[in-house]
Amino acid sequence: MKEQQYNTLKDQITPKSPIAINCLKAFAVGGVICCVGQAISFFYMMFFDFTEKTVGNPTVATMVFIAMLLTGFGQYRKLGQFAGAGSAVPVTGFGNAVVSSAIEGKTEGLVLGVGSNMFKLAGSVILFGVVSAFFVTLIKLILVSVGVAAW
Amino acid sequence: MVIVFQSKPSILSSGVVVGPLEKRSVFQTYFDKISTDERLQKDSNEKGNAVLISDACQIILNKSNLKNLDIDYLLGGDLVNQMTPTNFAARELAVSFIGLFSACATSVSSIVIASLLTELGASDFSIAGASSQHNSVERQFRYPVDYGGQKPATAQWTVTAAGFVLVGKHQPKLPYVEAATIGKVIDYGATDPFHMGGAMAPAAFDTIQAHLKKRSQTIKDYDVIMTGDLGKIGLKILIAMFAQSGVKKEDLSRFRDAGAEFYGEDTAFLAGASGAGCSAAVYSGYMMEQFKSGRYKRVLLVATGALLSPLSFQQGESIPCTAHAIEIGMG
Repeated sequence: MKEQQYNTLKDQITPKSPIAINCLKAFAVGGVICCVGQAISFFYMMFFDFTEKTVGNPTVATMVFIAMLLTGFGQYRKLGQFAGAGSAVPVTGFGNAVVSSAIEGKTEGLVLGVGSNMFKLAGSVILFGVVSAFFVTLIKLILVSVGVAAW
Repeated sequence: MVIVFQSKPSILSSGVVVGPLEKRSVFQTYFDKISTDERLQKDSNEKGNAVLISDACQIILNKSNLKNLDIDYLLGGDLVNQMTPTNFAARELAVSFIGLFSACATSVSSIVIASLLTELGASDFSIAGASSQHNSVERQFRYPVDYGGQKPATAQWTVTAAGFVLVGKHQPKLPYVEAATIGKVIDYGATDPFHMGGAMAPAAFDTIQAHLKKRSQTIKDYDVIMTGDLGKIGLKILIAMFAQSGVKKEDLSRFRDAGAEFYGEDTAFLAGASGAGCSAAVYSGYMMEQFKSGRYKRVLLVATGALLSPLSFQQGESIPCTAHAIEIGMG
């Protein structure tokens, strides 16, 4: 059997990803995670001295903390298998990527294991996040200086 | 390519040790020991993998009333970098040792080498087999175990298991190795590490075809042709390939796959089991018992292996695969 012929056969038999259902699941779970995040920020604004502008940091920290616990107890990967992008895209997914790598590195010690592995997956998110934030800010700065937009 | 063993080396005994999750396997009654801890009471996954191997070897020694000094060779491998679990287990066993790597096909390539050494008269007793430990393989080849990535339906679950057999001179009323085919490395350009069955099926097809042709046999000469870890989808592809090559429909039921059957219909394991320990455990546990109970007289065991590394995948290389076959008879 030729390579071309085989790949046609393989594609016929391999089940296709259920994109519609996956999108729905991702939308639902991602939506629930965002609602929880929203509730947490309302909580911080209501009971602590936070405003809409400053509540982001404690909310993100709390969400990452929850993701950490779920990862440690082995539940986040089950959620991930069900929700796909729904649990990977929110900040909890970032927390999961960091913590799961850290747990994995534990057997190689604090420095060579946890320390050097922690950002193995999340490192590229941080790098490209910072780089794109820089360029977005630069564009906005130019727009503001020529008077097209305001801060 | 086909080796015919004139002396018909026998498979004298076997030892299978698995992890706690493998209790859910349909083959669990054929495992000698099911550990309650995935690391086998050690502080790392890799150390646990080594214990799997030394426990399996110890079981063989106990079953056959042998001491480690009676063993001439230990032949085996696993999937961890540089095969340290097998190397470290060999340190415990303290016998002549060669580590072998054919990825998940090591379960068969090790028995082939052991049979050759026996045929040569160089070995009275050789222990051969392979192992894998889920967590250590996942972290090396894929993502951290607790990372919440979504796996597709074609993905397979690496088992925690070690399966080893004792190969020795021919003895009546025991399964023996009649012939073997060392597979070529076949690459049909597959690049998806979550669809190993699709990558490995052509290698299994090639090795089975070559073996049957050189031995002037047909599929009907075998009670079962059992591949290693093609998984549910890979097995379907292999059967479709044979159907296209003109094999009759009733003969296609002789194809089975250890990985596809390992966890039964449990959907949590997606397309089924994989790993060097998967075929090793099923072949040395379940299959040897089928011979002893008289259910099977002749079987072709075809272990499949994907010869990739995380590095080769990241550098955009396709996945070369191989399959090694042994023909086991009884009597």
